[in-house]
Amino acid sequence: MAELESQADQYEQENVHEVYQHIAQHFSATRYKSWPIVESFLQEIPAGSIGIDVGCGNGKNLLVNRDIFIIGSDRSENLARIAHQHHPHAAVVADILHLPHRDAFFDFAICIAVVHHLSTPSRRVAAIAEILRTVKPGGTVLVYAWALEQKNSRRGWDKGDEQDIMVPWVRKSATEPNKSQTFNRYYHLFQEGELESDIQMAGGDVVRSGYEKDNWWAIATPKIK
Amino acid sequence: MKVITANFVTCAVKECKTSAQSFPLHFHDAELEMSELDFQPEFIRNVVPRIDWEALRVTANELGFPTLPDVKPEGDALNDEQTLKDLHRLLLETQVMEGKLKCGNCGHEYVIKEGIANFLLPSHLV
Repeated sequence: MAELESQADQYEQENVHEVYQHIAQHFSATRYKSWPIVESFLQEIPAGSIGIDVGCGNGKNLLVNRDIFIIGSDRSENLARIAHQHHPHAAVVADILHLPHRDAFFDFAICIAVVHHLSTPSRRVAAIAEILRTVKPGGTVLVYAWALEQKNSRRGWDKGDEQDIMVPWVRKSATEPNKSQTFNRYYHLFQEGELESDIQMAGGDVVRSGYEKDNWWAIATPKIK
Repeated sequence: MKVITANFVTCAVKECKTSAQSFPLHFHDAELEMSELDFQPEFIRNVVPRIDWEALRVTANELGFPTLPDVKPEGDALNDEQTLKDLHRLLLETQVMEGKLKCGNCGHEYVIKEGIANFLLPSHLV
């Protein structure tokens, strides 16, 4: 984890962004179905609504509802390029801390498995605040982050374990099955209540929250000023 | 980059968000490509109310589509098949493949390469 705020950007560049650029294609091939909470959240959005998918990856969540319009964004150009193929939606390259969107405009936003890649507490809060900024009063934001408490997963982490970790991504060579390459990605594992607390600090109200498939999730709305 | 996208993006620089000059971003040196997509009249009818028509007129003009109506089609006008088809063609089927999007406030130019717009800021603008 980065020691100083000033180093965090460079740290994430090396330990998150560059890794996704390298593994984009393989990563995408293994991510094709939305998680149930994400799917039902998007299906319930009224037709004609406009929203954003921040850290859209390969755009698998753009496939859920074709009656709404979503602008996906990702730090990885390779992933944005894949996401861009999911019509009628769009995808651009952008940074979660500096989104290219107007204030208080969107009907909804989703940010799935993204904020756990920011390497300091203040950057995680800033990321959520930046998304809340773009959503209109009464609009909803679904945020999902990897949980520390997942003792039944194959990773087996649980309460009390280290929260800032490197997780290997192993890419096997397609032509030579014995050859593989390992890329390490940085993650901050969220403990129970942490996502809700970050949302509060970011200026949001938590509407609903819960746990699904080794992740904590929360639906937030901008606090009424 | 689909033309509709330009209606929902602005400058990534924080200070520009409060300036009316930062929206819409302005196209320069745009190279267009048409790609046929399924025509979904319901989709167009549903999203038009959320379109900033003045901004779309600016965008359409910059891209060489000068025939956009002066006022946003509403109500009955949104049942006109030709209107919906024209909008479908402009908003979804017209792709900006190469070019730049320039902020009218700070002057920063975002590059569009092979159809993907890149809004990452250089370190001096962060």
